[in-house]
Amino acid sequence: MNEIDWQPTATIETLRQRARCLAKIRRFFAEHGVLEVETPILGHGGSTDLHLDSLSLTATTPAGRERLWLQTSPEFHMKRLLAAGSGPIFQLARSFRDGEVGRRHNLEFTMLEWYRPGFSLANLIDETEALVRLLLPDAGSRRLRRYRELFRDHLKIDPFTVAQTDLRNLASEHGNLDMSDSPRDDCLDLLMSLVIEPTLGFECIDMVIDYPASQAALARRRCDPEDGAEVAARFEVYVQGLELANGYDELTDANEQATRFAADNIERKKNGKSPVDIDVRLVAALHAGMPAGSGVALGVDRLIQLALGKQCVAEVMAFATPVS
Amino acid sequence: MANYSTNEFKAGLKVMLDGDPCNIVENELVKPGKGQAFSRVKLRNLNTGRVWERTFKSGESLEGADVLDLEMEYLYTDGDMWYFMRTDGSFEQYPVAKKALGDTEKWLKEQVAYTVTLWNDNIIGVTPPNFIELEVTETDPGLKGDTAQGGSKPATLSSGAVVKVPLFINQGEVLKVDTRSGEYVSRA
Repeated sequence: MNEIDWQPTATIETLRQRARCLAKIRRFFAEHGVLEVETPILGHGGSTDLHLDSLSLTATTPAGRERLWLQTSPEFHMKRLLAAGSGPIFQLARSFRDGEVGRRHNLEFTMLEWYRPGFSLANLIDETEALVRLLLPDAGSRRLRRYRELFRDHLKIDPFTVAQTDLRNLASEHGNLDMSDSPRDDCLDLLMSLVIEPTLGFECIDMVIDYPASQAALARRRCDPEDGAEVAARFEVYVQGLELANGYDELTDANEQATRFAADNIERKKNGKSPVDIDVRLVAALHAGMPAGSGVALGVDRLIQLALGKQCVAEVMAFATPVS
Repeated sequence: MANYSTNEFKAGLKVMLDGDPCNIVENELVKPGKGQAFSRVKLRNLNTGRVWERTFKSGESLEGADVLDLEMEYLYTDGDMWYFMRTDGSFEQYPVAKKALGDTEKWLKEQVAYTVTLWNDNIIGVTPPNFIELEVTETDPGLKGDTAQGGSKPATLSSGAVVKVPLFINQGEVLKVDTRSGEYVSRA
């Protein structure tokens, strides 16, 4: 039995340091008057997002045999709490995403998610910076970078107006693969991941804002001040080439939300993926009224990885998903 | 052969790419939080030894390569071919051509076990053990008393490899060498 590797993927000393990081995060929110909550890992709805694969299982409940979804983030339940009048809340939630295993990913991981009713996106960007700085005191200054600017600087294209064929050629060239029938957003994602991301967050905290409206997910859309193009009211945080967090000016319109869920499932079917049960309770909660505000999800394992100077998330997790 | 999809890619997997058998060296999942996932893969072409970097869309697949690694002992060379013998008790012998031997030629020592790679029953590569012990056949005389840190000098080993060694090493000594980096490790 000696060949079975039972050892933790993080050292015990690293786990002690990890615990101290988590304690700092909890103290930060206690000082900021944000309530810690715990919501279910299993939900009746899953994430319909085309590029997220939810895991599901069948459980016996008073309702009979039910299909339940392991949450890809605690978002839906937390938004129901907001609609119920919780005020500002945060959670350190175990989250699950099928197929995501690698140096920066693990099948299950810890998501720090928090919601701030009444906060503008700018307020939340400030608070996120403060939280990141708490664990990475030497991260350098903060830079606000517009999505469009980044593509102009690095690739000499306007991601909103570039012709489809030019974009596909550029993506094919940079990735050394055939993107000639790929959707626009896939090409943009590839270029972002391969060309732009590796340059972000060195000696600074880069906050990327004003994403294409097509990448809004659960964010509101707003008008680009430059030329009125529609952009997603979202931000992402990058440090040392790692995407750390994703924040939204949260969508509160129930009908819009229901429409996006349905559109996602149609898109899933088109791409040969099975549809995901829609969280009808979230839609109902939005109908009842969720206060306007902003929320952000942050990959705690990656933040701790950077804080402790480690090379991959597995080194800061007690037992990372085995690779072989 | 089976097909392997991107989520099954891992170091050591042998796949076909552009008609050549390749060994996956590294696979990194690249994925913006809510975007399309890609696999950034480094593959070593087992025919040429060259390393390729490719990107695959999540869910794409590659055909497995019928590649087999066998442990064999090096026997001798007749100047034309190099002969290896399986260590599984079958005593089966395989001649290896210079092209397949590649850089390993300079790390050959009789009775040492090597990893011989076969593709469709043809030998395409020979990998030496990570560490090997070889005798110094030629080097400048050792400097007496110089056992501390300091300069180095070239030494030719019995297999033909030339490595940098500390000044105190003498001809006739047996050294432990790392074949991956070609660096001196210690006296054996």
